[in-house]
Amino acid sequence: MNPVRGQESASDRPGRRSEWGDGLRYGFPIACGYFFVSFTFGILGASLGFRWWETVLISMTNLTSAGQVAGVRTIAAGGSVFELALSQFIINLRYSLMGISLAQNVSDDVSAPRRMFLGFGITDEIYAVAASRRTPVTTAFFLGLMTLPYLGWTLGTLAGAVLGDVLPKTVTDVMTLAIYGMFIAIVVPEAKNSRKVLAVVGIAAAISCLMYYTPVLKDISVGFAIIFSAVAAAALGAWLFPDVDGGACRE
Amino acid sequence: MSRFFVCALAMMLVTYFVRAVPFTLFRRKVTNRYAKAFLYYVPYTVLTAMTVPAAFYATGSVAVAAFGLLVAGVLAYRGRGLVVVSLAACAAAFAATFVLQWLS
Repeated sequence: MNPVRGQESASDRPGRRSEWGDGLRYGFPIACGYFFVSFTFGILGASLGFRWWETVLISMTNLTSAGQVAGVRTIAAGGSVFELALSQFIINLRYSLMGISLAQNVSDDVSAPRRMFLGFGITDEIYAVAASRRTPVTTAFFLGLMTLPYLGWTLGTLAGAVLGDVLPKTVTDVMTLAIYGMFIAIVVPEAKNSRKVLAVVGIAAAISCLMYYTPVLKDISVGFAIIFSAVAAAALGAWLFPDVDGGACRE
Repeated sequence: MSRFFVCALAMMLVTYFVRAVPFTLFRRKVTNRYAKAFLYYVPYTVLTAMTVPAAFYATGSVAVAAFGLLVAGVLAYRGRGLVVVSLAACAAAFAATFVLQWLS
């Protein structure tokens, strides 16, 4: 057990905290970030002429940022259903990879029907928290983890669609950092303890910057750029350092 | 109106199946060491690719965002939890916004 991540060592002790409660706690910062991200999605939907309940319905049934933004833009532009479906498929394809990765770290209590239900909750953030967990993910943990982000995503969309620009921009701008703060809180301790992880995330950052700033590459959609950077860096990492550092290794 | 429901349904179904089908069907444990290492690194590379460099442009001011992210990085290095690091990043960026406004 790694003493640095004090909160995790507490959660690993059986009976100390409930799995559901643990999930809720981990889901809270995601929910904060989602609220403000979906708030801007709600504003976007309203500006494109969608009714408030249409925007909220899309958020409640999709639970994904990039795909939804592309979706409402395609619908508003009068695109075909095929174009819409294809764009959703490509932008959200990364969730398939995440699903396979997450399947490696789930507890035996997560049966196939439960997976069909819980699979709905796989987002970049929820996946990353669940997959980087030291202990296998149980149904209760994953349900707890999904709950607040789902509420945050739905309510944020509602607030954005109905209230629009009521909150001062300085506040909404700053709150978008909540979600990145959470990413940092997950990656930094792991990179601190493993030089291999440090090297691999360094490669990921370099590729991501390359795709962000290079003239032709920066026209690639955000969803693609993320999946390419992540897959290329992880593949390079697996090739260079196939034996992951001990303790962090999952069964 | 019906066009909206057809579109919303298409979005929902595609997004759902892309997520749930591989997660449900792929039950086998991966044993290949390269594949295991790859899957171990993926969550960290996904988070990094989402953060760098996009997070620096999240607030409308690179300096404000960088300060918030720096504070988050230091606290995370010291082993603080997710909620503390997240809220500290926001608070630091909020403070930096006012300092910059006061200076200008």
